[in-house]
Formats: sequence, structure tokens, C-alpha cells
Amino acid sequence: MAAVQDAPVEADNEKEIKTETLNDAAGNHASAAGGVIPSPPVASTSSSGPAKAGGPGSEEQQTLMAVLQFLKKNNFVGAVDVLRREAGILEDSDESQGQELAASALGGAEAGDATCTLSRASSCTTSTPAVAAAPAKGAGEHCSTLSAAFGKRKESGEDQPDVNVVLSAYSQQGDPALYQGYYSGLKKFVESVLDCHRAELSQLFYPLFVHMYLELVYNNHETEAKAFFEKFSGDQECYYQDDLRVLSGLTKKEHMKGNETLLDFRTSKFVLRISRDSYQLLKRHLQERQNNQIWNIIQEHLYIDIFDGMPRSKSQIDSMSGSLAGEAKREANKAKVFYGLLKEPEIDVPLDDEDEEGENEEGKPKKKKPKKDSMGSKSKKQDPNAPQQNRIPLPELKDSDKLDKIMYMKEATKRIRLGPESLPSICFYTFLNAYQGLTAVDFTDDSSLIAGGFADSTVRVWSVTPKKLRSVKSAADLNLIDKESDDVLERIMDEKSASESKILYGHSGPVYGVSFSPDRNYLLSCSEDGTVRLWSLQTFTCLVGYKGHNYPVWDTQFSPYGYYFISGGHDRVARLWATDHYQPLRMFAGHLADITCTQFHPNSNYVATGSADRTVRLWDILNGNCVRIFTGHKGPIHSLAFSPNGKYLASGATDGRVLLWDIGHGLMIGELKGHTDTVYSLKFSRDGEILASGSMDNTVRLWDSIKAFDDIETDDFTAATGHIHLPENSQELLLGTYMTKSTPVIHLHFTRRNLLLAAGAYNP
Amino acid sequence: MRVCRGGAAAMADREERRFAEVPRESIRLMAESAGVELSDDVAALLTEDVCYRLREATQNSSQFMRHAKRRKLTVEDFNRALRWSNVEAVCGYGAQDTLPFRPIKEGDLFFVEDREVNLVELALATNIPKGCAETMVRVQVSYLDGKGNLEPQGTVPSAVQTLSDDLLKYYQQITRSILGEDPHLMKVALLDLQSNSKIAALLPYFVYVISGVKSVSHDLEQLNRLLHMVKSLVQNPYLYLGSYVRSLVSSVMYCILEPLAASINPLNDHWTLRDYAALLLSHIFWTHGDLVSGLYHQILLSLQKVLSDPVRPLCSHYGAVVGLHALGWKAVERVLYPHLPAYWANLQAVLDDYSVSNAQVKADGHKVYGAILVAVERLLKMKALSLSVNAEGGIGGLPRPGGIMGCRESSPGLSPPPEPLSEPGLGIASHLHAGGAGCPWEDWTPVPLPAMYCELYSFFGDSLAVRFSTGPSLGNSPPAPLAQPPTTRKELPGGTANLDTARKMPQLTANLNISPRQDGSPHGELTAPSMVSGRSLARSSSSSSVQRSRSSSSRPGQRPSGLSRDVFPKARFNPLPAGPPIFSFVIGGRQMGRRCQGRRFQTTFTPSQPLSAVSSRTYAHKLPVIGRVGKPVRRWTCSQYSLHLPL
Repeated sequence: MAAVQDAPVEADNEKEIKTETLNDAAGNHASAAGGVIPSPPVASTSSSGPAKAGGPGSEEQQTLMAVLQFLKKNNFVGAVDVLRREAGILEDSDESQGQELAASALGGAEAGDATCTLSRASSCTTSTPAVAAAPAKGAGEHCSTLSAAFGKRKESGEDQPDVNVVLSAYSQQGDPALYQGYYSGLKKFVESVLDCHRAELSQLFYPLFVHMYLELVYNNHETEAKAFFEKFSGDQECYYQDDLRVLSGLTKKEHMKGNETLLDFRTSKFVLRISRDSYQLLKRHLQERQNNQIWNIIQEHLYIDIFDGMPRSKSQIDSMSGSLAGEAKREANKAKVFYGLLKEPEIDVPLDDEDEEGENEEGKPKKKKPKKDSMGSKSKKQDPNAPQQNRIPLPELKDSDKLDKIMYMKEATKRIRLGPESLPSICFYTFLNAYQGLTAVDFTDDSSLIAGGFADSTVRVWSVTPKKLRSVKSAADLNLIDKESDDVLERIMDEKSASESKILYGHSGPVYGVSFSPDRNYLLSCSEDGTVRLWSLQTFTCLVGYKGHNYPVWDTQFSPYGYYFISGGHDRVARLWATDHYQPLRMFAGHLADITCTQFHPNSNYVATGSADRTVRLWDILNGNCVRIFTGHKGPIHSLAFSPNGKYLASGATDGRVLLWDIGHGLMIGELKGHTDTVYSLKFSRDGEILASGSMDNTVRLWDSIKAFDDIETDDFTAATGHIHLPENSQELLLGTYMTKSTPVIHLHFTRRNLLLAAGAYNP
Repeated sequence: MRVCRGGAAAMADREERRFAEVPRESIRLMAESAGVELSDDVAALLTEDVCYRLREATQNSSQFMRHAKRRKLTVEDFNRALRWSNVEAVCGYGAQDTLPFRPIKEGDLFFVEDREVNLVELALATNIPKGCAETMVRVQVSYLDGKGNLEPQGTVPSAVQTLSDDLLKYYQQITRSILGEDPHLMKVALLDLQSNSKIAALLPYFVYVISGVKSVSHDLEQLNRLLHMVKSLVQNPYLYLGSYVRSLVSSVMYCILEPLAASINPLNDHWTLRDYAALLLSHIFWTHGDLVSGLYHQILLSLQKVLSDPVRPLCSHYGAVVGLHALGWKAVERVLYPHLPAYWANLQAVLDDYSVSNAQVKADGHKVYGAILVAVERLLKMKALSLSVNAEGGIGGLPRPGGIMGCRESSPGLSPPPEPLSEPGLGIASHLHAGGAGCPWEDWTPVPLPAMYCELYSFFGDSLAVRFSTGPSLGNSPPAPLAQPPTTRKELPGGTANLDTARKMPQLTANLNISPRQDGSPHGELTAPSMVSGRSLARSSSSSSVQRSRSSSSRPGQRPSGLSRDVFPKARFNPLPAGPPIFSFVIGGRQMGRRCQGRRFQTTFTPSQPLSAVSSRTYAHKLPVIGRVGKPVRRWTCSQYSLHLPL
């Protein structure tokens, strides 16, 4: 883990960071096991009782043992000792303590309620590539229960026994010939119940189908499995097609080893939300029939989240289902999220200067005045939903940052107010001669630079203003200049290096994500080679290579305040980094498939990650908890955008749909249908009135986000249950569809004056 | 993986499966090819596993495609998936173009054609392809205030191969305005063609339009416009011309070389068109010449062919000369210079013909003459320059190869890129090298500069010296000083009636010259410089016995009068004993000024017949051709004075 230390922030700033707890829970398990970590607050979430507690205490112990075993296996002797010391005392006493330890030792994942800890903890183990937690009873090697060896096939040899343990849960079997009978019996029952319950109980079909099929396969009943699949695969919801395709290819026990999708399915409980009435019906039916097979599966592999109240309708269920592991538990979205914006530091804007400009601008002083006032008041009043100003240590503003803020405010006064009647103009930045190689684009906030990541491992930066890109002179030349002169900043630049674009070489695989720092001094890029690189835009050289993801890194994103950044990739873990630390500060584990996109909340206290498991998760940076799980997408999520006020989140997926989420309530509040291909880019306008979405289908679409947010009625019931009726109005919300010329839109950006910039590579 | 057998049948059997399967036989076949015999059970098991692994790898590879934001799954994606699952990647299938999947009838076998690549050839290939065009970003306002800016929304091509409405409209507008009447519109259209970044899909169509030069050869204006179109396309930085260069070059060459229908009318200024086309040719060549290998030699060959074909009209010859000139002085040295002695004779015959009916031919001849002079002049200058640079290098102790370096530094673009030069084995090069043996200090130059100067001087006389006097002087062979004014020089008004006065045609003066050579034939004199250079001239010496007589009887009295005078300072270079006098003719160009010696023409031809057969009316339908000066072509070729054609 060699890395170059970089000092983008002042020294005192750094010091401040170090004293914070934030720094302590460095996600690396070695350091985590160092014992000095105050465990993250388990706080509000741990209280909720397990719905179906199958001896949580012993499971906790097992988890602990598993961790111990793993550490031993990998010769982390010190860590083992420490953990022993801590846990050994607690071995048979404090349950929550063990839980805490398990969660924290595994990289600060969320500390959820007791029943889910095990599965989460086991999924956490994916976070470190070599981890395979093998829970064992006692001190012996005899394994009996779950383990999570997400055998990335690299270590498959080493992990195989563990995989067997995972799958061994399927070993208890009934007569294979009866499976079809069981399933069709249940089907018949569901069809016979009242309409209001039918939709809810239908949710059972898919997880039961999959688990039954896997049981058949695991026990080498290949022909029965095939017959079973053929008979019932047609009944499943169409949005499970992708998973069914994977399943259909799998007909041998041997195939199950190393199949990540399966392991996900097996190790995480499929979550269903069913009303109490429906659940009673089901229970009664299964008990009457003595249908133990199905009951066993439900007990072991399903998590049924029972709620009191009206059964949900089919459309309600459909809108929320589709993810790899069912819906989110209600508890998962109960945590308080401080979605408000931080108070902006007060900067004295040279008013006279601005007034001058305002009048020069064929002045509309009337319009400007109130706007400025509103802005001022907004920033002065502390938002009740905002986190504490110092909840996350943020870098102090430098003089240049203040200047930029002033620039920003000046520009903001000239901003065009958008709405359904005044749509933004769209400028398209077309990458020519990219030969299908453009993989990522980013604009700076002030729209002066554009960066592109390419499949040929290069990152290119263009200046889109007449100002050319210059790099700083070499050290020898810098010695020659007069350091006292007023224009020293100008003098350090090498005029000879001025050019419209610069190419940054360093990665050894396609660059999948690029992100500018807010101060425009740095650029981040992440690549298939497993590294995230930090580039200086002063010297156009690589400063740091952050190594931690050992698999392709799909996306990276700078915090809106700089200094921090988030990365996520194929290893299913999102990592939070600070630019001056070569190890991650936080690791966010919990996704069941690749993390495909990442986004910082505007207040920098939260990050959102979208994943190929078709969920969006919101993570608290302070403690590493997962505070929101949004399900409802039917395909891998490829774009995320927070509304400027921090209240809402939009996500776009390969299914071409854009979903809107209320962060505070943890609810889906809108579904925007229109795109016919993957939505690769989402962006709210600067004031949040318009949501722009760019897609692979060569269109940019503009949506009326104000209307989408206002139309939603959030009464107590929906807020309590999370069951909302989505208005079928996505066509009304669509303000315009704008075609490009054979150019997929892969990035969108609103300038400070609300001009929409789109970018993509021409695909002849 | 490469051999799929009967996959379709398996698909048909089990339609419920939505993926291809590798049949058992294929597995067994592949095992056999690896020398392993498989039993049925093993093959069945293997087959299933192979299918599964294939599907798995495909599924994994799709995520690389998704993240690269592509719709097309590439071989590279698949290989990445393999690499991440610790499987060896499949090499050799990364080509951009589709790999043909071939069946073998008998075996019911399908395979991807895997041609052998000659690595040696590849490694030694000198025509390294030009890299892909630089990736760049362009911006345009697509939608103003959310409304379509210019174009209506939604007219987007699904694929570019099928031309979109937008492009089609663009194409129509552009061609219409370029070929239309409005010059302003044309200018705008050309400018756009030059800078538009999105017309790659239209390139073949434009190239096709340009190839229409052949059908509008009567219309100079249209030809001009089409050439401008070529120029715009060539200058467009976003266009990758690729193999279309060849087509464009052939269209341009057509304008340079062909006896255009427009040339029949002497009032048509097709000369300018040819000049422009030649410039364009050199531009294409210097900027895009590396796209097509061997282009340089192909151009040279066709130019040489035209030049050495006496049947071609003079305007074609003119085109060839300006084409060579535009390609740089090395092209002139390689093609025009060795060919000059042979060609000169023909040209002189034309210029010596004073008949009225020959006037047009002669005017054309003068055009050619002027073009050759300009070309040769630059050849000498550049050569002298390269030599001087070479000499400087020589002082340093390191003999530089030729003057290439110097040339490059002083005037880039005047010499061809090293690639075509170093390409051996082509007709011209070998031919030229054969002629240039025995020059130890410049292995690529057939003729040393002094010898070249001497020879050229023998053609051009002092008109060359005058033009050359501004160049750097050469120490070892100072050019002839203009000390000796021509003693017998007369202005001949012949042919001026037909000439365009604006063109300032040089006038021809007949001179009598006393040759230093023994025999009285004019070509005997020519052999003198050729001996200096060690070059054997193609001229047959048998022609020496033929008494040359002038066809034009306009100034019969000239010859005897100047018989005994030694007029030309050329004698200084040729300090051979004087021989019987020979005839020579000098064109005293009006623009030459008083001090000019004039140009001397020699001919070894028997006098041509008076051109009574060609009436002025029929003449208007024919183009000036050297062969038509005196006699039919066929007689020409079979006569003993026939030109030696090097090709």
C-alpha cells in the first residue's frame, strides 16, 4: 500500500482531522483489530426486535468466533490477541458488545438489529478481499452454520470448504419429486385467497422458487431441477429476468461454487413486507398442510417484515420490489438523516462591485434584489434538519476558495430561473474520434474544465474556456523566479506548456470514473486496475495512487467540500478516503453486488451508493452506518443525483427509469419513465427546479422536479409504513426530450447560470 | 470455443434455453486436437461445464461493457472478465473489424478465419500507418431555451450507415451551393466543409461527387469548384480520409493530366486549373500521403508515363511537369531531369515550327517550356542548397547522407517524406539508380550538380543562368557569366498573332552556332555533358548523320549567316576542340531583358512537313500535340529518330 502523502489542506486542518473519531475507524481490518477503536455508536437501530429470532445470542458468538478463526488463519496474531482479550471476557455475557465488536471489526459496517447482523457481518467480510469468516462452534474446526466466503475466485481454492458450508444449508431435503407439488400447492392457495392478499402473498413465489430450485440443484437432482425451472420460471415477475437467466444456466452443484449471485442470494435473507393479515393466512395454510419444506425455506432464507394495516396493492409492491434481496426492511430506513444543508460561511461579498456588474448587465436589479435576500437568509438561518456544522470535520476555506465562493455568488445572481415555462438551453460537448473509448466525463463546478476518462487508460483534461492549460514550471526554473513579485502566481506557470488539453498517463486499465475537486486543483480518476489516482491540475502529474480496492473501481466522487472522496467498485465496498491518507477512513459494506456509482450528499455528511444489486444505499460518514436502503429499481443503478437542498435523491438505472426518493422519510416519491436505455447521468438544476437525465438512448430529458416533489402527499400512514401510491404522472412531469446526434449522453452539468451542459462521445 | 458444431441444432432442440450451447462433439473434437481421447461421460460433463463457464464469463464481461458506457460487447470486455477470474485471455481476436465466421461444408465445421501474419514484413514495413485522429471536444448549442435550435427534434439516425435526414439535407445543400451559381454561397459551403466535424459519414458521397470531374471536363468552372471541394475535405481536421485519398488523388490527377475538353478552346485558362490541381496534389500528398502506401511512386509513375508519351497533348505534358514540380525538387530530379534530353527534342521541334497553323501548338509548347524551366531552376537551387549544407556537415567530419537534412531544415515539404524514398524495388527508383551509378559522394543522386547544371544549361542557355544567378554561387563551377551578349539574336515575330499577349510568350530566335564537336549534328553536343556526368544518353547516334533541316522556311537565311560564330558561353564548360558548326535557336524572351542570352533549342529531328494538312478549323477541335507538328505519330515511332522511352 505504497502511497504518496499529499498535503492539499493546511497542516492545522490535518491535525484537527486526526483528533476526530472519524480517523480512528480506518476500515482496514488490521488496524480495526488494533483495539483502540471506539466502536461506532450502535444508536437507534439496534433496539428493534427481531421478528423471527432464531437464537441471536449464539449467532453472535459464532460470528465472533468466525472472525477469530479468520484472523488466526491469516496470521493476524496481534489482532487475535486483542480480540480475544476483548471478547473472551464477554464471551457469554454481553450480546450487544459482541455485536458491536463484530460490526466494527469488520470495517464499520452498519450495526443493524440482531438478526440481520450475521448476514450483514458476513457480507461485510467481502470488504477485505481475503476475508472468509468461518463461524465455528467452540474452538474446533467443525463448521456448522453460515459463513460468508464470497470466494472471489482468486482465492477459490482456499475458500472452497467455506463455500461448501454455505451451501450445506441446502442439504436437508425432501423428496425431489414433491417439489413441484409443494410449489403448485402454494400457488393454488395464493390464487384462492382474497384479492387483497393475493398480491402480497405472490411475493413469496420468487424467493421460494429460487431456493427450491437451488436445493434441487445442490442435491444433484438435475432433471427435477430443470423440470421445476421450466414449469415455474414463466410465473416469475418480468423484472427478475436477469437473475433467472443466471439461474437457468446453473444446473450442477459444482457450478454453485464461486457463483457470486447465488452466494448473495443464499447469504442474505430475502426481505418481504407482508401485512399481518396476509401473513396469518399463509401461516395457517402451511400449518394445515404440514408443508414443512416451504415452511423451512421461509424460516431459513426469508425475512418477513410484518406490518399492521392494509395489505398493499400489486402496483405498490411492484414499485418497491426488484432488488436482489427483496425490499428494504422498514427498520433499515428509520434512522434520522440530517439532510439539511450546512450553513455557508459568511463571506463579505464586495457589494458595490456586484451592483456595478448588475447594472452593466442590462440590469434587472428588481429581480435580483429579492433573490439575493432570500439566499442570504437561507444561509444565515440554521436548517433544523441540517447536521451540526462540525459533525464531519471539513477543510477550512482558503483565500482562493473564498474568492471562488464570491465568484459563485456573483454568477448565481445572474442565474436564470428555470421552470416548466423557461427550460434551459443545452450545450453539447461532443467527444470526437473517441473510438468508443470514452468511459467517464466530469466538469468543474465553474464549467471551465472538462475531463474525460478513456478505455485506453488515459485521462484527458480540456479547457473549455479560451484560457489554456498551463503547468507549473520545473523546480529548477522555479528557483529562478522572483518570489517577491506581485504576479508570482503568474510567473510560476510555464507558458511553453500551454495547450488546450492535457493527457494524464498512469492507469493500467480503462478509467471508469473521474471527478474534479471543488477547488479545481485536483482530479480523481478510478480505473479497472483497482486504484484511484489523484492528479494535480497544477503540474498535470499523478500525486497519489490509492490502493485498496483490489478489483475494478467503477466510480469515484469528490466531496462538495473537497478533501474527502468516495470510491466504489467490483468488491462491493464503498470506501471513504481523505486525500492525505493512503488508507480509507471508512468502508461501507453491505451491497450484495458491485457498487456502480457513488455520490456525496451536498452537506458532505452522507454518501449514496448505487449498486448492481438494484438498491441505493445511503451511508453516514460519521459512523459508517447504512441509514437508507432504497429498493425499487429493476436493474443496476448507474447514476445518482442529490437535489441541491439535500432533501431528495434521484437514481437512474439500466431499466431506463429514474426514481425519486425522499431522504428524510426514506420513501420513494416518484418514478420517471421515458428513457429506453440506461440512464447514465442525472443532474438537478442549480435551484432544483429541473431534473435533467441523460441516457444511452441518445436523449436528454428534462423533468419537472418541483411538481414531482409537491405532488406527493406524505400523510402519517405512508410515512409510517412507507407504502405510497405513486402518481401515474411521469408523462406530465416530462418537460422535454432532446435528441443528440448518435451520441449517448454520459454526463450532465448545470453551469452556475443554469445552462445545461451535456457530454458524450460521437458513436458513428 | 472457436469451433462450434451444430450449435443451431442444439438450440432448436431446446428452445426454452436462451443461450447457445457447445455440443459434445465439439468438445471431443477439441480434445482430440489436443491429443486427448474423451469418453462419452467425460465429454458430456465437460460440455456442460464449458457451457456454464462460457455463460458465466459472458455475464461477467457485460459489466465491463456497461461501465465503459457502450452497447457493443467487445473481445476486450470478454478478456477482462477472463483475466479477473484468473483465466488466460483469448488473444488475437481484438480486431475492430468483424471476423468472418466460415463454414466447412464437409465437416459441418465453423471457424473464424485466422490468417497468418507475416511478422517480418510487418516489422520491416516502412509505411507505418498514421495514428488515429486526436480525440477532441467540440461544443455546440443544441437547444436554445429548451427549443430545438436549428434542426427539428428527433431526426436522428439509428445508424450512420444509413444517412440521416440531417446529413442528407446537409449533403444536398453543400453540393448544391458548391456547384451552384452563387460564389458567396460556395465560399460559405466550402468553409463549412473545411471545419465541420460531423460529416465523416458523408465522406464517401463527397468523394463520389468529386470523382465526377470526369464528366464535367468541359466546364472549367465546375472543375475548379470540385477541386476546391477536395481542398476543403483535405483540410478538414476531423475527417479521416483513409483510403479515400486514392480516389481524391485520382480525381486531382485527372485535372492535372487529362486533355480536358475545356482545353480545346485556347481562350479557356485551363493552365491555372492545372496549376491549382498540382498544388492541391502536393498538399494532399504532404498531409495525407502516408495514408496510402506507395502513393508517391504511383503518382510519379503516372506523371512520368504522361511525360514520356508523345501522343499526349502538350497540356498534359504541362500538367505532368507542374505536378512533378509541386511534388518537390526530388521528384523533378528523379523523373523530369533524366527524361529531359529525350523530351527536349520533341519540344524543340514544336517551338521551331513557325507555321501559322502551329502557332497554338507552339504557344502550348512555350507553356511547357516555361514550366520545365521553373521546375529545373528550383531543382538546381535546392540541390545547390542541399550540397552546401552537406558540405558544412562534411567539415564536421560526418558525411551526411545526401542533402536531405539540409533540405528539411531549410524548406520542409520540398522533399518527399523518407518513407516513399526509402521504399525500394519500384520501377522509378531502380531506373534512376541505374542511371546514377558512379557518384561516390552522393549515392542517391544520379548526377552531380555541375554536370546537371551543364546539361541543363545546354538546354536552356542563359535564361537558366539568369534565373539562377540569384541563387547561391557554386565554387567549383561558377555559372556562366553574362559577359558575352548574343551576337546573333533576332526577334522573331512569328506566332504572335495567335498568342495571348497577356501571356508574354517568349519569342524564338534562330541562331547559328558553331559546335565544338566534330560532327555537325546538334545532339553530338548533347553527348558532351552527358559524358561528364557519366550518363549514357538515350539518343541514338545514328541521327547524327542526318542533316537537319528546318521545317519552317520563314527564316531560311539565318542559318548560313551565323554559321561560323561561336555564340554560346557554354563553350567554357565544354573545353573540347571545336567541331563543325551546328544550328541552334534561341528564344529571346521579351521579358528577359537586354542582357539575356536567350534560350537555345536544339532538335535532332528531320524537318517536319508543312502543316498544310491541318486547317485552322479542324485544329480547333484538336489539342496541341508534339507529334502533330510535322508528321503522324506512327511514322514518328518507327523512324530512327524515335525517342527512347525509359518506361
